[in-house]
Parts: sequence; C-alpha cells; structure tokens
Amino acid sequence: MTERSEGMTGTALGTWDAVRLVAGREITTRTGSKAFRITTILMVVVVVGFVVLMKVLSGGDDAGSRIGFAPAVAPLAAAFTSVAGAVGENVTTSQVDEATGEQQVRDGKLDALVTGTPTSLRVVVQEDLPDGLNSAFTVLARQIALNDQIARLGGDPAAVNSAVGAATFSLQTLEPPREFEAARLLLGIIVGILVYLSIMLYGQFVAQGVVEEKSSRIVEILLTTIRPWQLMVGKVLGIGAVGFAQLVVVVVAGVLTGLATDAYTFPSSIAGGAAFWAVTWFLLGYLTYALVFAALGALVSRQEDVGSVTAPAIMFIVLPYLVGISVLPADPTNEFAAVLSLIPLFSPMLMPMRIALGVAPAWEIALSIALSVTLIVVLVWLAGRIYSNAVLRTGSRVRFRDAFRTG
Amino acid sequence: MADVLEVDSVSKRYGDVVALRELTFEVRAGELFGFVGSNGAGKTTAMRVILGVLAADAGDVRWAGRPLTLETRRGIGYMPEERGLYPRMKVRRQLVYLARLHGMSPAAATASVDRWLERLGVAARGDDEVQKLSLGNQQRVQLAASLVHDPAILVLDEPFSGLDPVAVDVMSQVLREKAAAGIPVLFSSHQLDLVERLCDRVGIVRTGQMVAAGPVDELRATGSRRLFVDAPRADAGWAAGLAGVRVVSFDGGRTLLELDDGVDDQDVLRAALATGPVREFGERRPSLTELFRHVVSAEESTVDSGGRA
Repeated sequence: MTERSEGMTGTALGTWDAVRLVAGREITTRTGSKAFRITTILMVVVVVGFVVLMKVLSGGDDAGSRIGFAPAVAPLAAAFTSVAGAVGENVTTSQVDEATGEQQVRDGKLDALVTGTPTSLRVVVQEDLPDGLNSAFTVLARQIALNDQIARLGGDPAAVNSAVGAATFSLQTLEPPREFEAARLLLGIIVGILVYLSIMLYGQFVAQGVVEEKSSRIVEILLTTIRPWQLMVGKVLGIGAVGFAQLVVVVVAGVLTGLATDAYTFPSSIAGGAAFWAVTWFLLGYLTYALVFAALGALVSRQEDVGSVTAPAIMFIVLPYLVGISVLPADPTNEFAAVLSLIPLFSPMLMPMRIALGVAPAWEIALSIALSVTLIVVLVWLAGRIYSNAVLRTGSRVRFRDAFRTG
Repeated sequence: MADVLEVDSVSKRYGDVVALRELTFEVRAGELFGFVGSNGAGKTTAMRVILGVLAADAGDVRWAGRPLTLETRRGIGYMPEERGLYPRMKVRRQLVYLARLHGMSPAAATASVDRWLERLGVAARGDDEVQKLSLGNQQRVQLAASLVHDPAILVLDEPFSGLDPVAVDVMSQVLREKAAAGIPVLFSSHQLDLVERLCDRVGIVRTGQMVAAGPVDELRATGSRRLFVDAPRADAGWAAGLAGVRVVSFDGGRTLLELDDGVDDQDVLRAALATGPVREFGERRPSLTELFRHVVSAEESTVDSGGRA
C-alpha cells in the first residue's frame, strides 16, 4: 500500500516538462515522416530552381559577350568595348583570324566575329545579334563614319570625340531612385512564396493534429495527465520547430546556391537579409495562425470538418499573399500593399516580400513586428480559452460562442 | 480506511438531460468494483468525472480523503469508453510517450512498456503503427496504456468489449492481480456473468443514480425467496393450494416458485412429494442478470435512492 502511495506522489511532471514532452513527440513523429522529407525536398528544388532562374535572367550579362576581331579590324576592339559599355553591354574582345573565328562562332565559343575593313564592318553571328550588341555595332559604325567625315573636313576626330565624350547633363530626380532588377524582384517572389507556403502548411498541420487527437479520442487520455493549454502550446511549439527547421534548410540551400552560381546582381548581404526576414516572419505568422488553427481545430471532431472550419482563416493567409504576388512585382511601392503589410494578420505574407524588395522602411518593419507580437499575446489567451473549452467536446461542431463563453 | 476512492453526491446535467443525480459510491483499495447499468445510465459520465475530463455540477471525488487533483489523477490508469490512441504512431513509442506523460523517467517507461507488451502478448507488434493492428490487439495496447505507469487506481470503461476469450482471460487475470496488489479497480461492463465472477462488489446504476451496490452474494440474497422444484409427475396446478406461494414458471414439472416471508419451504417440499418423486429441490438465487433486469426495469418510485455502498 505504501508503495502505491509513493507511486501517486512520485508522478512529478513539471509544467514545462509536459510541454516539452508534447513538443518532442510532434518533432520526432513529423521529422520522421515521409511527408516531411518530400516537402523539404520539393521546397529546396523550387528555391534552387528560382535562384537558377535568377541567374539566367541576370547572370548571362556578367561574363559579357565574347567578340572576336579579325586582324584587319583589331584596332577597333578598344573603341568597341567603350561604345558597348556606353550602351550597357559588357563585352570581352579577342583577336582571331577569320577562319578560326568563324568556326568558334559556329561552336558557340564566340558570340560574334567582326571582320571586313574599318570602313566596312562585317559581323558574323550564329543566328541572331542581341539587341544590345546591335546598338553597339551601329554606334561604332556611325562613329567610324563620323570620324571619317571630321578628318575630311580637316578636323581632329580625337579632339571632337573627347569633347563629345565630356558633354553631359545634370539629372534631378523627384523621388529617390529605385532600381528593381529582375533578380531583386525574383528574390521578393521567392520569399513571398516560401513564407506563404510554410505558414499555410504548418498552420494546417496544427489544425489537423488537434483534430487527430479529438477524432482518435486520445485527447481524453492525454488530458488526464496534462492541462489543455500544455497540450496546445506543446503542439504549436513542436510543429513550429519542425517548420522552422525546414524553412532554415530551404533558405540556406537557396542562399548557398545563389552564392555558388554567383546569381546575385546585388550584394549577398541583401540575400542574407531577405533570408533572415523570411524566417523571422514565418515564425511570427506561424505563431499567429497556429494559435488560430488550434482553436478552430478544437471545435470539430472529424478530419473532414477541418477544411470548412479553417476556411475563413485560410482566406486571411491567401488574400495578402495574392495581393503581394500579383501587385508587388509590378509595382513594389504600391500603397495598398504597404498599408496591408502593417496589419498583423496580413504582415507575415507581405512584409517579408517588401523587405526583400527593399521598399520597407525600418519604422514600418518595427511597427508591423510590434503589432504582430501583440496579436500573438492576445491569441495565446483567446485560443487557449477556446481550445480548453472545446477540445473534450466530441460529436457535432462546437459553436464558437459556446467555446468562448463556457468554462 | 484511508485508501478509498469515494464518489460523493456527484451530479451532472447536460442541458435538460440529467446524467448523474447525486451519484454516490466508493471503491476500496484492493477491491474489484463492477459498474453495471443500461446504456445511458451514467457510467461513462461518472468515470469521466472521476478522471477530471468532465467537470461535475456538484459533488466530490476523493482519494484517501482528499479531492483528486491533476497530480493524483496522473496516477490513475484510465481506459476511456471510446478507445484513444494515435493511429499512426508506433505501439512501443506511443506507450513510452504516455508513460512519460504520467511522470515516468525514460528508462522506467521503456522497461515498463516492454514488460506489459510481453505480458499482454503484443510484444511482436511493438514497432507497428497502431492502425495496422487488429481491433483485439489494439484493445490490448489500450489496456497496456492504462497500466504502463503502474497506476495507483484503475478506472476502465468497458475493458472487455471486443476481446476474444483468451484476451478476456488475460484481462481478468490482470485486473485480479492489480486488485490483489492493493489497487482499487473500477470497471464497467455489460457482460454480467463476467462481472459476477470477477467482482468483489457491484454497483447498479440507473438514470444517474446508484440503485444497488454491494457484494454480489449480498445483492442476490435480497429480494424475494425463490424455490426451484423438479417433480416430473406434477401437473401445472400442484402448488396452487399453498398459501403465500406463487408459481413464476412451470415447464413439465420443473417449477420456479416465489415464496412470501414466513412460508415454510418444507411445506412446499411435502406438497411436491405428494405428486410423486422429486428430483431436485432448492433455493434459487437470482443471477446478477436477473437482478439487473429487475432493478433496471423497476419503477422509479420503488427505488431506494440511498443506494450507498
């Protein structure tokens, strides 16, 4: 008998021990599942794919076009490089004899071969001359013709060219300049998609997990040992840790791919910053919606009902995402998106995109974080109350009002 | 009597439906207490109140004189009416998790889980997901879940439903052992023969009230006296002339009689012998099933509402 009594008092389980146990179960069962491995691989593939796309959109220009000059026109190479630079084309020139050069163009080792005479240029390409190079050659040909005319009129082409080259104008911008290179826009899109997908996926895992415990009735056994809030918080933290780990893996894979392929046309600190904010906003957005989903999940007893009970909350995730993904790439400074990005339920999907695009001032970031954190604190209380009241009620759907009021 | 699980005047209503009406009974340490009653009588509600997953409107549940808290409830082994396990979690891992929620250390939990899986004959399925097991084996795992943490009290809702005869024997033996080890064991069942065989005491619940509670023999001794007489040559009216004796049933000389108080059974025997040979003559106590039918179908007004144990 005394042995029994000891058993009774020996069941010490600290408040946070219980939360840790629940979270630990979520982490081990979820990271061990096939679904987790598949989604991780898919997300890595998508992100690496985007980074490669970024490289394709911007990267080709980095190495520059390779232009071969036949010996007869070789002296023009330097002039061509400066003309090309003036029209925004990056080129590397080399001197080759005509036959070899033609073969190299055929093999794709050269983008273009310049032959003919200084007064009558001939450009050999495989199929087509890119627009930028087309302009450069046109300018070069015109300059040669101009030099010729100046010399004929008795002028000094070099003096004229230097005078022309020095001519400039002053520029006054009414708004601070913003350059949205394609790569930067893609960065914003990647961040938007990743944060959206992660919040959606892991938020719904919470709802499904809550309902799994209700539908399998194990919640009744669990709640004879721990309090409802411990179960809810443990579940939210455990699933969140899994989502966090997955997102970090995906984001690191993306940043490293970018560095390895030299895909960034912007400083790599911008990519790193975007990655940091993506993870931060995932955490804020996940906590917000996981609490909402935990409370909503507790209202129903069957997996089939999860969809309908969580639909309104899902709309709140989808709408800002759609606004972000459809408006921001075309118009990064869009006012409507900027305002939405400050509202707590919408910030997690919009703010990281705006930060990645470089259009979110620090005060807006700080304000949106403060508002989101405040909402999370309120939700901990609200969701805890609804969850505790509804989680043991099986059968028909518990009305929101009843779940809030009783207990 | 320190180690007693007391349910004291517990009432619970769901809207207009009264589920428990001042339900009162106790289960002593080392006792097997059978909880019987028709569907909807309040057995499950009572158990859920004991486990604290349902709050009573009034009344107390005490263990060793003190109200149950979350800490003491952690020492209860519970099998809910609707079985509850994670369908997609492996058996061993799941049981270890539950044992740890009951406060066991990882090492103690693992050892205990292996012991019980072995004992209940499901050790080979330890690494399978629960949903891959047959219903009978799931039931064994469920029992293991209520036992792994070496509970100080056992509360089992319909533990025998869905079990094959072998599993019923294993379950019965486990319950007896636990009671012998000094644990109060409360379980509900519709298999009354099993309850009769197994339990030290039985409580019959009707519409949320305990209408009869006590040792099975004592309960059977209550109510009217009945005699069974087998006199093959007797005709249907042989006992008609005896005062204070009613014929309950007659079947070719096999007669069941109900005697009023004060009637001498030897007078009945003499009357029977007068018809010819008597093959069998004896007192017939009602089985628990008959008692149950009698009690459950009784009019509310005739019920002794103070059915204290």
